[in-house]
Amino acid sequence: MSLLRQLTRGLGVLVRRDRADRDVHDEVQHFLDQASADAMTRGASEAGARRSARLAFGAAVMIREEIRSHGWEDRLTTLVGDVRYAFRGMIRRPGFAIVAVLTLALGIGASTAIFSAVDPILFAPLPYPQAGRVVMLSDRNSGGGPIAVTYGTYVEIAARSRSFGALAIADRWQPALMQMGDPERLTGDLVTADYFRVLGVSPAIGRNFSATDDQRGAPNVAIVSDALARRHLGGAQAALGRAVTLDGDLFTVIGVMPHDFDNILAPRADVWAPRRYRASAPFQSGEWGHHEQMVGRLVAGVPLDQAQRELKAIGATPVTAYPRPPWAAMNGGLLVESLQAAITHDVRPALLAVLAAVGLVLAIAVVNVANLLLTRGAQRRSELALRATLGAGRGRLVRQLLTESVILALIGGVAGIGVAAIGLRALVLLVPDGLPRASAIRLDGSALVFALAVTTLIGIVVGIAPALQGARANLHHDIRSGRRTTGSGQPVLRRALVIAEIALAMVVLVGAGLMLRSLWRLFSTAPGFTAQHTLSMQVEAAGHQYDSTTARYQLFTQALAAVRNVPGVTDAAFTSQLPLSGDVDGYGFEIESARLTDPNAGHNALRYVVSPSWFRTMKIPLLHGRTLEEYDRPGAAEAIVISAAMARNEFGGRDPIGQRMRAGPEIGDTSRAWGVIVGVVGDVKQSSLADDASAAFYVATGLWPWVDNVQSLVVRTTGDPAALAPAIERAIWSVDRNQPIIRVATMEELLDRSEAQRHFVLTVFSAFGFAALALAAIGIFGLVSGSVTERLSELGVRTALGATRGSIVLLVLRQGMALAGAGVVIGLAGGAAVSQILRTLLFGVARNDVLTFAGASFLVAAVTMAASAIPAWRAGQVDPAVTLRG
Amino acid sequence: MDEPNRDVIPGTLDLLILKTLSLEPMHGYGIARRVEQLSRDAFRINPGSLLTALQRLERAGALDAEWRESEQGRRVRIYSLTRTGRRQLDAATADWKRRVSAVARLLNAEG
Repeated sequence: MSLLRQLTRGLGVLVRRDRADRDVHDEVQHFLDQASADAMTRGASEAGARRSARLAFGAAVMIREEIRSHGWEDRLTTLVGDVRYAFRGMIRRPGFAIVAVLTLALGIGASTAIFSAVDPILFAPLPYPQAGRVVMLSDRNSGGGPIAVTYGTYVEIAARSRSFGALAIADRWQPALMQMGDPERLTGDLVTADYFRVLGVSPAIGRNFSATDDQRGAPNVAIVSDALARRHLGGAQAALGRAVTLDGDLFTVIGVMPHDFDNILAPRADVWAPRRYRASAPFQSGEWGHHEQMVGRLVAGVPLDQAQRELKAIGATPVTAYPRPPWAAMNGGLLVESLQAAITHDVRPALLAVLAAVGLVLAIAVVNVANLLLTRGAQRRSELALRATLGAGRGRLVRQLLTESVILALIGGVAGIGVAAIGLRALVLLVPDGLPRASAIRLDGSALVFALAVTTLIGIVVGIAPALQGARANLHHDIRSGRRTTGSGQPVLRRALVIAEIALAMVVLVGAGLMLRSLWRLFSTAPGFTAQHTLSMQVEAAGHQYDSTTARYQLFTQALAAVRNVPGVTDAAFTSQLPLSGDVDGYGFEIESARLTDPNAGHNALRYVVSPSWFRTMKIPLLHGRTLEEYDRPGAAEAIVISAAMARNEFGGRDPIGQRMRAGPEIGDTSRAWGVIVGVVGDVKQSSLADDASAAFYVATGLWPWVDNVQSLVVRTTGDPAALAPAIERAIWSVDRNQPIIRVATMEELLDRSEAQRHFVLTVFSAFGFAALALAAIGIFGLVSGSVTERLSELGVRTALGATRGSIVLLVLRQGMALAGAGVVIGLAGGAAVSQILRTLLFGVARNDVLTFAGASFLVAAVTMAASAIPAWRAGQVDPAVTLRG
Repeated sequence: MDEPNRDVIPGTLDLLILKTLSLEPMHGYGIARRVEQLSRDAFRINPGSLLTALQRLERAGALDAEWRESEQGRRVRIYSLTRTGRRQLDAATADWKRRVSAVARLLNAEG
């Protein structure tokens, strides 16, 4: 009630100032009139009455002021005055306001953008109910690292483990959607029935998968994404029950996922269908291949390490009901980690590095704003002194300066939102391919508020310092002397701030330098093949007509022949996995001679099933023996070419040529003849240029137990490879019009993309580094030129006493260099710290790389030199006749 | 001899205003006059303090105010006590009496 009154009365005063003034005036006047009338009737003299009237006039003004200053609306009016005053001040000195706002905008915007991008990936929980209980289970490779599990392992764990409320596997599936026009390759997952229960999300429309859907021979069913339903099936409602043709089979749509469902394991997935594997299958079959992603939902109250221990126990106690092959022996159990940790493994170092960089930028922004406000405060000493003399209390001055700081911060904040929005858009374009949860990146309100709060708080603390200090200072002296103080205020603090800015800029530059050198090193490492003039694309044999190995062999052989006939193509080859494309396909192998000494010797190597022309097309050098030849075709004995690394690892100094081995499903299969090693070729980088040389073996298409239905084509061309893409696609489609072709890219593009993460970090660090350098330069320039103005008369005296221009310039330059020197030294120490954060991203560069640290120091020194050169030059022009007279 | 102190005892202005208005609604000067009369000129009210206090009490909901026309045809602001105001008066009166008697006991105490 009374609050309402307060509000309405105050608003009434604000809205109708005149009327409120008249009310107060009338009431006061009435009071005084009555009083003097009373006095008259009580017999006061005419003169006495006049005197009291005169007094009353003065009293009326004071009383009116007293009444008026009482309500809250009065404080608001003062605030409006302060705001107006602050804006006038900014317009008078636009330089200060612009630099301050830009600094704030950069600091707030950059940190908000980066944090917005990093938070959903590293910190925010996954968009599933009780997301902390969703875990990923991985098998371990010989090095202990995580690899995909086999279906057989899943079957055993699902039967024996008690830690999980639901367990499921998912395997990538790229079915071709047959419809009118071109076939479209979809992205999807083949999953077991509980897949969506593990994630805790059910279809929005229709039903979930059930155990019977996993049975072989059950009707084909699929669940589709909301996006696919809208794109091709006439919306979610219409999609339900519809039949779609995927890879030549009819599937009935039984469910549509909610439109906001985020399929973390395969973010672009549009379709899910049951993985119909056999619960027990021979070791040679797909059921025992390491290609399943296994996820589980922990039972409530079961912690991660308990599940880990249970799996270890299961791994250690094989039972006869669940036989295990050597490559899925579960030695040491399975690796259990939260799904979030599992999917962010690869990007974590890059994101943490970028987060560190943005923290530095925010620190620089804060320091710079503090510095600017200090300078400004010093410049305004006389103005504040004047106002204090005219009767403004200290509180009044503090309020004024506070208003100015807050206004600056607000404008900076709004500009910061703009910078953040633009920066975020740029980041989304920049982020490396395959960044998990990229779809969840959006402007983060709390990050914005945090950055705004930090900068504003600093601005306020620093901003009111001159008012507090002004009250202490000798005001009269400042005014009388008419001195225009220009920035010597708190010189020690200001110098410390400039040094801090230089040091922070150094740190960011060192980071940028280390990343730059790493990338140079990486791109100067040979990938093991010649990327120039090559084009790659992925081709699939889709549909039942290609169920048989021979049909697939036919298709790829004919397609290859057609591609070779395209003018401009000098050579071409198919491969089961393409270097630097994200493919990683490893198989176990056994070597006959080693088996005799150690029956359990089992190692993994990358498997390449290739056209014999592969080595010519990629220009992979032959080191020893022979490469694969056209006569290595079905019917011939299995010839195997191995990589230099495999030759070194397995045979040491011995000659591998003529040695016999079996790989993959053939291991231990005595019904099959041994393959014979016929040659050794150079190592090829498969997943990253930073890889160590990895063991690899090559088998000709048609001599491996099966022909992969998805293969990559590489074409070597005489001219621009990208220009030939349409002609090559037409050539492939001349063999079969219905085969989808995706992932068309030149090998040079793949090479670039494979280092996208490092590139991303480098881009962010360089952008921030140069911004930091610019801010530091502004800081130095302000400080040095301020001190030159301050010392004009001193410099005049020096010149009059015979100092040369050169010596004056040097004097000023030395001041700048002293600041730079201190900043660089501190920055070197900080650089060492940031290089620790970057260490996993560095390649071929020591963390304390001398060239990088020296280069960054030199750059900072040069920029500070330039920033102090202008005021130094001005100091050199000092004319004693002018400065001394003034 | 010094003139006797005729300032209102600090903190009692609200109480005086509320008590005066509990007798009948009146304008600002009327309140001042009535306080002076009832207190037999022991207190003289400062116009600025009084009018400010009236505005504050009105905003707090203890008083209602309305503009009326006087016999001379001038605008006069008449204040009256609200229910909230009456409660506030009762509370303030009880509080004051308690404190006065406490002070009186102290002064009468014999050492």
